[in-house]
Amino acid sequence: MADVTQNSGPDTRFELIVNFWRHFRTNKGAVAGLIFFLTLVVIALGAAFIAPHSPIEQYRDALLLPPAWQEGGSWSYVLGTDAVGRDLLSRLIYGSQFSLFIGVVVVSVALVVGVCLGLVAGTFGGWVDTIIMRVMDIILAFPSLLLALVLVAILGPSLLNAMIAIAIVQQPYYVRLTRASVMSEMSREYVMAARVSGVGTLRLMFVTVLPNCMAPLIVQAALSFSTAILDAAALGFLGMGAQPPQPEWGTMLAESREFILRAPWVVTFPGVAILSTVLAINLIGDGLRDALDPKLKRS
Amino acid sequence: MLRLILKKLGLLIPTFIGVTLTSFFFIRLLPGDPILLLAGERGVSPERYQELMVQFGYNEPIWQQYFTYLGNLVQGDLGVSIVTKQPVLQEFMTLFPATVELGLCAILFAIVVGLPAGIIAAVKRGKALDHTVMTTALAGYSMPIFWWGLLLIIFFSGILGWTPVSGRISLLYWIEPVTGFMLIDTLLSDEPGAFTSAVSHLILPTIVLGTIPLAVIARQTRSAMLEVLDEDYVRTARAKGLSNFRVVGIHALRNALIPVITIIGLQIGVLFGGAILTESIFSWPGIGKWMVDSIFRRDYPVVQGGLLMIAAIVMIVNLIVDLMYGLVNPKIRHTE
Repeated sequence: MADVTQNSGPDTRFELIVNFWRHFRTNKGAVAGLIFFLTLVVIALGAAFIAPHSPIEQYRDALLLPPAWQEGGSWSYVLGTDAVGRDLLSRLIYGSQFSLFIGVVVVSVALVVGVCLGLVAGTFGGWVDTIIMRVMDIILAFPSLLLALVLVAILGPSLLNAMIAIAIVQQPYYVRLTRASVMSEMSREYVMAARVSGVGTLRLMFVTVLPNCMAPLIVQAALSFSTAILDAAALGFLGMGAQPPQPEWGTMLAESREFILRAPWVVTFPGVAILSTVLAINLIGDGLRDALDPKLKRS
Repeated sequence: MLRLILKKLGLLIPTFIGVTLTSFFFIRLLPGDPILLLAGERGVSPERYQELMVQFGYNEPIWQQYFTYLGNLVQGDLGVSIVTKQPVLQEFMTLFPATVELGLCAILFAIVVGLPAGIIAAVKRGKALDHTVMTTALAGYSMPIFWWGLLLIIFFSGILGWTPVSGRISLLYWIEPVTGFMLIDTLLSDEPGAFTSAVSHLILPTIVLGTIPLAVIARQTRSAMLEVLDEDYVRTARAKGLSNFRVVGIHALRNALIPVITIIGLQIGVLFGGAILTESIFSWPGIGKWMVDSIFRRDYPVVQGGLLMIAAIVMIVNLIVDLMYGLVNPKIRHTE
């Protein structure tokens, strides 16, 4: 049976990607963000080879050493050491693994669960829709960081539980977006045609409708990737995320709080790492939005 | 308009019931027995345990416990803190003004800086100034505010020594809490220098908490302005020979403000989330720090009650914003 969505053959799909890249490329900020992000991925994957020291080994003869370019610094610890003598640069390099891992896990979980619920709500409507959307409203009624904090308190503080909590507070956005796009797509003629030709409900949801709802979801994925990193770092900072001695950036900040006036570098660098990573991803997100979704274009 | 209010309220009620269910089940989802949790590390004897089971009603069926909980809620009884033995609602009311004061200052700061920044960026569209403002705004939006707070402390308190590091006011002063708002209370008291002290304590937390709303407002203002500046009526206004200031500041801004007002209203949830971090960094005695401390002290009745109060406040403020949106924008009012 002829499938309605199959009219986008390999040629048009390739053209779509080329077309997308042509739009994306014009946004200099987005390209810079992408380059930074890809570099970070390489650093995270090659951490074992790049990092000059182990992230958890404590050099007892080098406590709170300043960065190399400051007086008293040493080039064997380029960014200095923390209060128990661990090399800051190595910890930052290994920390990138945590942030990217958190982003990937949270976005995947929130996206898959959110899209499925949104598809169900949008396709079936009626009381199924009402129940799903009311539950989402309840989740959204709480400030997300507070809800995540309380969920971690219930589940117990750990990186895994922090990721679960953040995924739970993020998925309502995917549900709402998916539901809204599904509902607008459902009245289109191609959906009608698919129905008339006897396509099953599941196939209709995932194969016919979903691909046409992807643009806002991709943009949302980029935005929630950066929010996930920020929230996980905030939970780590409050002692409810990754636990020491894990070199997660937020946890590193929490450990260094008491030294802020004596050794500003132990506070400065992890924060710079978080800020630049989140900024890079947000730049990519803005670029994606402008390229994929002309309706949402800012300018 | 009345129909709109009723309709929105109707939508709110099931959500609120859901919120009460969430906070009711919160204490029961915690690993471990609620009585043992309440008893803490000292533990309880089996007889006392049975006594407490009856006292807290844990021997009753769960749905009956829920209705008892709802009944207590309606009477303003949110339970009693394990640590301080004070009613949760009373503690909330004592600390809430501190958070409101900080939140209001933060949102004011965000509007005062963010709105003009967005307007300037829109007017200078594509120019260097536009790029600078928008890059700064995106950096602000990406800011880990807990780190931002520490940086400001290093610079303004550590290096320059201009601002204090924590608290609402210097320990030298004792201010009678009349309104709970330190800025007003210090003015009412005749202590010389108290007001200045309160202001200097407020500056850094205000900047930290206001940063993300500021970035959001600047971005939203710019895009709303750009949309409006393309409209025919703005071109007409220009063609009439009105000054640029009049066109931008009066004709365009009035319409551009509609989406911006909504965005400002929606920042309330962001503010509560940010308050948790900001108040922890600056030891600000408000709701956010209270919640974090209670989570760490395992003072679960406080967490439960606080969660409910915050959700209720966020919902009510969002409702008011929604209704205000209907008031400013007749299109919404009439299609509903």
